[in-house]
Amino acid sequence: MSYIIDRRLNAKKKSTVNRQRFLRRYKKHIKRAVEDAVNTRSIRDIDRGGEVSIPNKDISEPAFHHGDGGIRQRVFPGNQEFVAGDEIKRPEGGGGGGSGQGQASNQGEGEDEFTFQINQEEFLDFMFEDLELPNMIKKQLRDATSFEVRRAGFTSVGSPDKLNVVRSLRAANARRIALSGKERRRIRELKTEIKTLEGLLPNQEAVLQIAALNEEIKTLNLRIKRMPFIDEFDLKYNNLIRTPVPSSKAVMFCVMDVSGSMTQTIKDTAKRFFILLYLFLTRSYKKIEVVFVRHHTHAKEVDEDEFFYSRETGGTIVSSALNLSADIIQERYPPGDWNIYVAQASDGDNWDGDSHLCREVLEQRILPLVQYFAYVEITTGSHQNLWLEYEQIREKFGETFAMQTIVEASDIYPVFRKLFEKKE
Amino acid sequence: MKQREPISTGSEWTFELIQKYDQEIARVAEHYGLDTYPNQIEVITSEQMMDAYSSVGMPLNYNHWSFGKQFVSTEQQYKRGQMGLAYEIVINSNPCISYLMEENTMTMQALVIAHACYGHNSFFKGNYLFKTWTDASAIIDYLLFAKNYIAKCEERHGVDAVEQMLDSCHALMNYGVNRYLRPQPITPEEEKNRLLEREEYVQRHLNQLWNTIPRKDEVVQDKTPHFPKDPEENLLYFIEKNAPLLEPWQREIVRIVRKISQYYYPQRQTQVMNEGWACFWHYTILNHLHDEGLVTDGFIMEFLHSHTSVIYQPPFDSPYFNGINPYALGFGMMQDIRRICENPTDEDRQWFPDIAGSDWNETLQHAMRNYKDESFILQYLSPHMMRELKLFTITDNTALSTMQVSAIHDEQGYQQVREDLAASYNIGNREPNIQIYNVDIRGDRSLTLRHYIHNEQPLAADTDEVLKHLHRLWGFDIHLESVTPEGEVQHKLHCPVKMNVDAVA
Repeated sequence: MSYIIDRRLNAKKKSTVNRQRFLRRYKKHIKRAVEDAVNTRSIRDIDRGGEVSIPNKDISEPAFHHGDGGIRQRVFPGNQEFVAGDEIKRPEGGGGGGSGQGQASNQGEGEDEFTFQINQEEFLDFMFEDLELPNMIKKQLRDATSFEVRRAGFTSVGSPDKLNVVRSLRAANARRIALSGKERRRIRELKTEIKTLEGLLPNQEAVLQIAALNEEIKTLNLRIKRMPFIDEFDLKYNNLIRTPVPSSKAVMFCVMDVSGSMTQTIKDTAKRFFILLYLFLTRSYKKIEVVFVRHHTHAKEVDEDEFFYSRETGGTIVSSALNLSADIIQERYPPGDWNIYVAQASDGDNWDGDSHLCREVLEQRILPLVQYFAYVEITTGSHQNLWLEYEQIREKFGETFAMQTIVEASDIYPVFRKLFEKKE
Repeated sequence: MKQREPISTGSEWTFELIQKYDQEIARVAEHYGLDTYPNQIEVITSEQMMDAYSSVGMPLNYNHWSFGKQFVSTEQQYKRGQMGLAYEIVINSNPCISYLMEENTMTMQALVIAHACYGHNSFFKGNYLFKTWTDASAIIDYLLFAKNYIAKCEERHGVDAVEQMLDSCHALMNYGVNRYLRPQPITPEEEKNRLLEREEYVQRHLNQLWNTIPRKDEVVQDKTPHFPKDPEENLLYFIEKNAPLLEPWQREIVRIVRKISQYYYPQRQTQVMNEGWACFWHYTILNHLHDEGLVTDGFIMEFLHSHTSVIYQPPFDSPYFNGINPYALGFGMMQDIRRICENPTDEDRQWFPDIAGSDWNETLQHAMRNYKDESFILQYLSPHMMRELKLFTITDNTALSTMQVSAIHDEQGYQQVREDLAASYNIGNREPNIQIYNVDIRGDRSLTLRHYIHNEQPLAADTDEVLKHLHRLWGFDIHLESVTPEGEVQHKLHCPVKMNVDAVA
């Protein structure tokens, strides 16, 4: 006698612990992969999880086995033309299809890299590790959308607690009417017949006929009565669906200096800063647009790729970018409809006469319209006049304006702490 | 044979149908005299199948990153469609646990039941290696004990310490078996009770070994005692009993890995036979059901389709070639033995006078009970079978510029090919023969291993990685000497690496 057991509902994730152990052990590799992803991916799909490759030699488990060389006798199937004593050239790459001992990767088709996927949650964990985000915020970043349960009509399947009594009874009634149509029509006919027969009374024949017809009506009525009062078919349930809570739209401006003094490392740091802001916004808003504005002496709206990776030389006039941003806001993003966020990254260089102008543009054309303006200066040197001007702004617009110096990635977070404190 | 109504006609399975098929298959299996453990058939999802894969087919196991790696890679390959999951996993336990995947069709479920629940199951119960080396009724309980013990160690000593220990033990896992000595059966109850006792005993015993302070007049250079007296093949056993610096819990972990390795040892030696036996019986049983009219023609067509792809042997020059397919060889040989018994040719009578014309079922049962891959092939591989598979031997001597075809499937070559094929299933040939040779107990406590060179084959390049693990377990210097059959030390490895002439030479 065999026992047959349905285990399908048992815990599925039995390997989770082992998987975690594995990730923990190869943290270094995974972090490198995540960093690469951060640097090469578009801001918009940064939180999607990713692929990690680890060289096979780093991951193999050693054991005693034979190396190449020595004398080996191997038996192969499928001989066609060989006879004993034939000499064959040794195939390239040693073993030439070992008898199952050699590792698969020797056979040409195996992969040299051990590649696997990590999910979004793990990806963000690794990405934020450097940024020293507190756990609470990591969690909030992860579940971006909230849902609301709404009624959406009725369905014929559901759980008893969602049963809609009125609808169900109405359906039952309709069914009863529909299914008893034939019988009721017949009753009506019989009744008119009785009426005409009643005119002939007291004819003996008519009395008998009326009695017979009455009998028939009685059976028909019985048949109608036998129809079930309510059937499974009649049951109607309230239909509830989950809909994302509508939230208003947001636009995020990434403003960056691309003049000669901005190195790729500075840009990468800036990119992380932008990513973080983007993720923060995805938490609060359902629809987000990103506008990239880069500048040297002139400002230009570009796509993301160009924003991060093309280089130009020349001087720096920050106000050009601020003016362009303000123009774009005016044209395309009326503040009534859009929540506007601006993030500016720079190494602090600006043409001397321009910094004052920057303050004016900010104060008059931008800050009144935006939710938040964050300025990060990525530099190890001392602050220059742009910073000093901005400090004045901070005094006036403390609510919507934040600025911070960033030396390395771990400094990015403090800017955000402010951002979150304000909201929460 | 009287024709009966088919059990089912559709491809969907239900629990009732599985039960009906199981009953019929059990009846036919009994008719052929298969002796099995009771079956426990578990239906699982593909995700659960992946879980089972990554814990080496065990329903439970301790936690270790290498199982996670296995899982990640299985999951990856499966999702990309590079590999299908096995239809079934069967565990050598009593009751015999088999997993059926939810996605299988009814035909596949029936195939798996015949293959695993009656084929493999009867092999586990009947084969001498499994009978001697494994204790089917205790394995699940032992694994539970091991899992809990290791979890407790992690709590007490930290995940990292335990992981290091397991890494090192895994590196030596294949050298944690007794090849000739029957081990004590493992009973978890006893195991628990004796745990403390053993820890104490080993520690005391160790102290005696290491504390021996030689009296001055006894120290004579050439009379240094050899320890161990005879070379020890079970490295993990030796470490468990003698490593000077291990804590009791570490010894217990060594023991756990060793015991589990021992449990797998028969499986590694009977792959061809085990799969061949299971394939033979699913083929025989399902055809029997078809003859009785219990399964439809459609069923048998679907079955044959999977069956033939499982037992297909691509030729050596095919891109799909990946060594000799144990299913193909095993099934072919089992069928061949039946043929020799039922319709022997003159050649068969000459090669197999004992079995030609005998009762096929008895002969097969005898073979299943008393052989392992190596001896099975040596005994039963027939010229007919060699011709069928067109087997040939290639001798690859790296000292020469070309390889030689040393024997093929002809009159002169049958013996040679058969011996070579059998030898390739000898674990003693496949894995380097490495044994513990000496411990310098009066000196620096260094441990010397000897690798007995076979066919001039050197050790692989990552051997020093293994030595590092051994060094971690032993705590003192490790030397590994490769010795030629003439007894001459040809090559030496040291851990930690010695920076002297010796290593350079």
